[in-house]
This record gives sequence, structure tokens and C-alpha cells, in this order.
Amino acid sequence: MSTGTQTEVVMPQMGVSVSEGTITKWLKQVGEAIGRDEPLLEISTDKVDTEVPSPAEGVVAQILVEEGATVEVGTVLALIAPAGAEVAPPVSAPEAPAPAPQEVPPAPVAVPEPVAAASAPAPEAPAPAAPPEPAPAPAAAATQAQAGNGKTFVSPVVARIAAEHGIDPSAVPGTGTGGRVTKKDILGFIESGAAAAPPPAPEPAPAAVPPPPAPAPAPEPVAAAPEPAPAPAAPAAAPAPEPVPAAAAPPPSPVAPPAPPPQAPAPPAPAPVAGELVPGEELQPMTAMRRGVMEHMRRSVDTAAHVTSAIEVDMARVVALRSKLKPELSNQKVNLTYLAFIARAAVDTILDYPWVNGELRGQSIVTRPFVNLGIAVALDEGKGLIVPVIRNAQDLNLTGTARSIQDLAERARTKKLLPDDVQGGTFTITNPGSFGTFHGTPIINQPQSAILGTYALVKRPWVVQDELGNDVIAIRPIMNLTLTYDHRLVDGAYAGMFLRDLRDRLESWDEAAY
Amino acid sequence: MAEMTYIQAISDALRLEMRRDPRVFVLGEDVGVYGGAFKVSLGFQEEFGPWRVIDTPLSETAIVGGATGAALMGLRPVAEMQFADFISCAWDHLVTVAAKQFFRARTPVPIVVRLPSGGGFSGGPFHSQNPETSFAHIPGLKIVCPATPHDAKGLLASAIEDPNPVLFFEHKHLYRRIKGEVPDDRYTVPFGHARVHRPGDDATIITWGAMVHTASEAADELAKEGFEAEVVDLRTLIPWDKDRVLEGVQRCSKVLVLHEDTRTAGFGAEIAATIAEEAFEHLDAPVVRITAPDTPVPFAPPLEKAFLPQVEDVVSALRELAAY
Repeated sequence: MSTGTQTEVVMPQMGVSVSEGTITKWLKQVGEAIGRDEPLLEISTDKVDTEVPSPAEGVVAQILVEEGATVEVGTVLALIAPAGAEVAPPVSAPEAPAPAPQEVPPAPVAVPEPVAAASAPAPEAPAPAAPPEPAPAPAAAATQAQAGNGKTFVSPVVARIAAEHGIDPSAVPGTGTGGRVTKKDILGFIESGAAAAPPPAPEPAPAAVPPPPAPAPAPEPVAAAPEPAPAPAAPAAAPAPEPVPAAAAPPPSPVAPPAPPPQAPAPPAPAPVAGELVPGEELQPMTAMRRGVMEHMRRSVDTAAHVTSAIEVDMARVVALRSKLKPELSNQKVNLTYLAFIARAAVDTILDYPWVNGELRGQSIVTRPFVNLGIAVALDEGKGLIVPVIRNAQDLNLTGTARSIQDLAERARTKKLLPDDVQGGTFTITNPGSFGTFHGTPIINQPQSAILGTYALVKRPWVVQDELGNDVIAIRPIMNLTLTYDHRLVDGAYAGMFLRDLRDRLESWDEAAY
Repeated sequence: MAEMTYIQAISDALRLEMRRDPRVFVLGEDVGVYGGAFKVSLGFQEEFGPWRVIDTPLSETAIVGGATGAALMGLRPVAEMQFADFISCAWDHLVTVAAKQFFRARTPVPIVVRLPSGGGFSGGPFHSQNPETSFAHIPGLKIVCPATPHDAKGLLASAIEDPNPVLFFEHKHLYRRIKGEVPDDRYTVPFGHARVHRPGDDATIITWGAMVHTASEAADELAKEGFEAEVVDLRTLIPWDKDRVLEGVQRCSKVLVLHEDTRTAGFGAEIAATIAEEAFEHLDAPVVRITAPDTPVPFAPPLEKAFLPQVEDVVSALRELAAY
């Protein structure tokens, strides 16, 4: 069968994002005469229902796709033969299995896009013949709106309201042109409470856009500005900033309800999510702090080249010293913790290894003669992390360090931290060891370059030398420390030397010097 | 309180200012014996004498130049152009001298130029224009466009009192068509404060001059369909009440800017751009402008009707906005 003189009728492209269409009705049958631009068939796409005109005058020679079938844009639907050409009568049509692209799954009308337009009558596609209105200005805007993608276009005000309330605009029934969600629609949606209760069967909509974290646009990873947000640190920071042997761990101080970040907590974001809930699963809104933690952790891992090195420290000397000083300091209402010792020793060591306390800023390296020491504090019940900062920690002695840690931890848990308290850190210590963990790989608190992890203090059999120089096994209180560092700035040897010096300071603690 | 036409209110304001302040005088073509092309100063020469109601030669340059000189010497001239269109002859005196004098020499130029403007009566290309935007672009000039008798009287008093050159655009089509209650005594209406001509929350129409009434009729029409558009009368373009405009945008989220002047680089463009810059996140639809097309004003009545924004144009634009 020659199609040389025949004209192909193809599934038209009805919009940029339309990839397929469904034949709803053939208006002409095989053998019928048809004029150029005369409607030949009706199609339905997820944007519009429209007629497809014949591209040529002649006779319908072949219909290749039956009604109800959905085919891709560009698929040949029919052939038009020139008028007078020999056309097989309809009866004999089946004899032509044809070299036609018959890959036509009789699929249901696949409309991958969500909701909205379903309720509204689909806007008519502008008929090809319709003259464009040379009318006054506003008509232009409206025409544009009609031709546009009514389902996915969101006006600025709707976008803003959606973000503020954590709503996926595509879940809101739209009454605007083409099913567009108007300001009234989304305000009504919020007022009706629909936003607060996710629909029982969430639409298989594109994943909800999570509302931005409360403190507005996040600075660039390399931004110099200190984070205004509570900067979360290690994923596993312990509730108490006190690395004591697990057995002897005092219960975490009784504490006020979990503190939200200093910023105003954003409203809950019960946006519909991708995927349906399995029976028994529960959906709950994410707090602003959790969103902050989520964003920070992801960004840090995306930014830094994380490497962790670990070292074992014999804490015998520190344990002895703490036992001796503790009663005296507790009279001054200072709780002398192991963390205070480690922080004090770390700050001194940092001053010898400035890159550990440094920062990559663009193509430059920032170093400082001071240490603003962040202490990761976990809030109760996994409600989040906050990293208050001890400014100029290098100026504090052991007692001052202990007092500062105590003060910040207390204020973190009672929501008394000020914005300044959580900004400007240059190095962070996290203490996940109070539950007995002996190793971890914390995530760096951007834009810093390293984070020190402290772990459980455990009595271990340890090889030491007696006064005669013989090796003997002794029982010693051992603590593992890790330094997780950004390998873009800090090399492994540099980190190893830092840990070695830190260990030496702790093992040879000189009471007079601290 | 008496009911006055728009032109009577202007006349009244001018008379009260001349009685109140001996520095105030009027000058222009035929303003004296004849009482002005539109009879604003009818009877003035009898009351105030020929030295305060000065008939000038047919030269806008001389009128504005003379007014500027008199102002520099401490007087308060009110110059009349027979038609706003003729102001182009005085461009140099207004733009190069009057607008800049204070910035050059710290000497204020308190002149008022009254400009009968606007179309709607087949005046053709030389007697129908709304050239306010050309001057709104010139730093140093103030632009006033009253829409009601009350505002015409109060704004003219403010204009005469103002230490800057003020262009007072009086819409000719409002002269005898629009009436309203006007207080008998002198009062002023401050510059830079928009007036809500008609309240509404579904869209905000920003306009001035004769178009305030066109907008209002259109809004009443849409109200029958349950769509309430507010009509904001800017009253003065320089300074213009940006805060009130942005407040309306935030509340209504749909905006129509309407003016009788032609479209390109019209003052509506300034308003639309400001909204885009400062209230983008409050928009629920594109900002719509309705203006005259970019042509001279035609003579023929059907053409002029097609040229000037009509109530039906605003109605259909509001319907589009409502549906958007």
C-alpha cells in the first residue's frame, strides 16, 4: 500500500508538557470525504479536550488508532488520501495490519498530573482558526493565563501563603482559570482546616515542597556570616555534656520541655507527602528545629570531605584530679565535668593547630587567634540539637570553662539562649558517650572545619610500665576521642598530631597550669 | 456646604485664595475680560482688578516665564493654559528653570499652572491630551489630578500654598458633568494621599482624574456579579501614595491600573513596576493596565470612543481578573 500521496494525521502537541493524548471520537470514518481544516477527530489530553482538523483535503484512507486509545504525541492517527484516490471501503480495512505505529496500549486515560483541573471544565484550546483578539490590553494577560499550564502555575501570593502554611498548592482545589489555585482558594483551604489534616489518601502528587526553615534563606555553604540558626552538631550528641562512666552517669538534669529554637517556631507543615501511609504508620508535622537540623546536616555532608580519626586517652590523672577538685567547686555551684577538662585541653591544643579552628571561605582559609567553642546539647526525647557557643574559650581556666558549659547547657534546655549564644562558633565538641558509646563519626557544624567527639569513660585492662620499666596490665579509665575534620582543609597527619597532643595534655594534666 | 460643579469648585478655590493672599494673581490668555476659555475666572477682573487678573499675549513661554519670574520675586502666580496640550511651548521654562531653580539656587518657585486636559468631546489631537506623565518624570515638579469638586477645591488651595512648581491638571470632561458637595470655606487637601472612591476587597483599581468615574461605574457593574473592586483615586501623581497602593495590593492581590493617557511609559507603568518590585509576593494575577493606545487623540467621535478607556473595557478586564 502506497502512502506516498497520502497525508499523515498525527497526534498534535497540545502544550509543552503534554506528551500523549487520547482519541475520544472519530468524526469521520474511512471512506468519508473531508475538507482541509475540517474536524477529523476529538482528542483529550491532560490539558485540553479539542478537535484535530484534517491537514489536507481528501478522503479518510485509514484510521490507525481506535477510539479510547492513548498514544504519544507524533503518533500517526490516520491517513488522508487525495480526493478521487482509490480508498479501500471500511469493510476491507482490517486486511491492512499496516506498517503503522500500532503500539497503542488501550490504557485508561493516563493523567499523571494531580487533581485540580479535574473539577473545572478543561479550558478550550484556542481553535487554530480563531483570530487573535486585537482587543485592549487585559485580554492578552487572560489569554496567556488560559493557554498556560493552569495546574502547575502558582501565583506569587499563593506560593507565599503555601510556603507559610506548609501546603502543597497542588492539593488545593482550584477555581481559577484552568483550575488554577487562587488566593481565595488557598485561604479557604486553610480556613476549612483541610490543611491541618492531611487527606486520608494523599494524592500521588509530586512531593510536597517543604516550607523553608524559619530563618529565611540559608547562607551559602561558604558564607562567612555566622549561622543565625541553632547550629546542630553531631547527630548523636548526648543529653548531658558530661562524659562520665556510663554506670556512674547521673540522670540528665530535670529539664523544661524541649526547647524550640530561639526563632519563632514555624507553623507545622502537614504537607501531603509522596507515598501512602501503611496502616499503623503515623504522619506528624516537622518542627522548625527538625527542619533546621535536617537542612544543616545535609548541607554539611554535601559541603565538607568528612574524615574521622580516633585516639584512646588514659584519663587516670583527670579522674583523680576531678575527684579532688569536685567538692571544692561544687561549693561554688560549679559542676566539674570531664567535658570541662577535655574542652580546656582541646582549646589549648587548638591554638597549636589553627586549621582545626579555621574555615574555608571561598578560595581562602580563615584562621583565628581565638576559639569560640560550640558545645552540642541534645534536647530531650530526640527533639533536636542546639549548639551554644562559649566565646573566647581560650581566656577561661578550668573552672571558668566548667561554669560556662554548665550555664549554656542549662539555658539551652530552658529556652533561655539568646541569638548571640548560638552564633559564631569556630570549633565544636559533641559528647555522645554518656550512654556508653565508644565511637562515632559526628557531622561537622558548618562552616567550621572540625568537631571533637567524646565517648564513654570505661575501665579497661591497659598495658603500662611499672617503676622498673616492666610492662604490666593495669586497670585504667580509658576514653576514646574522635576528631572529625574536613579533609579539604585538615590533613590526616595534622589531625593525628592534634589528637596526640590533646591526649598528652589530658594524660599529663598539670594542675598548676590550668 | 453647597453643591458645585467641578469647574465651580476650581473657580471658588482660586477666588478664595486671591481674597486671602494678595500675592496670588492669575495670568493667561483671555483670563481677564473674557473670563478664561472655560470661564474659570469669570468676574475676577471686576473683583481683583486688571493687575491681578492679567490677559497675556498668545505665548505660553511668556506666561510661564513671567510666572516664574514673579514667583522668584515673592508672588504666587497661577498661570492658565487654555489647554494642557499647549504646555509643550512652555516646556523649557517649566523643566529647565522652574523645576530646577530651587536645586540650583535655593530659591523656590511657587507657581501653579492650571492645565485643562483630557478628551471626551471630540477635541482632537491638540485639545484632548493628558500630558501629566511627561512632567511626572521631571524632578522638581508636582502633579495634581483631581477627580471631584471637593478635591479640586482643596487641592488647588494646596497647590497655591505649595512652595514648588505645581501642574494642576483639570479634566475638561469633568468641568460641568461632575457635581458634589463642597464646603463654603477654604480648606486644603494634602498632596500624596490617595482617596478611596469606592471600597472593595476583590481587586484594587488605581487611577486618577476622569478615569476615577469610569472605574467606579465598572466596579458597580462587577459588584452585581459579586466581585467588589475598590477604586483608589491617587489625586496627586507627584507625590503619589505608594503606601496606600501597596496596601491595596496586599489586601486584594489583583490590580488594575487605569489611565486616560497613552500607554507606553505612562504613569501606570511606574505604578505597575513598583508593585512588581515591592509587592510581588502578594499578587494573585498579573497587574493589568488599561490606557489609551499609543496614538494621538482622534477627532472622530467613534474613534475617540475607541481611543479612550470605556466602562466596558474596565468591566471586561475586571471579569478577566475575577476569573484568573
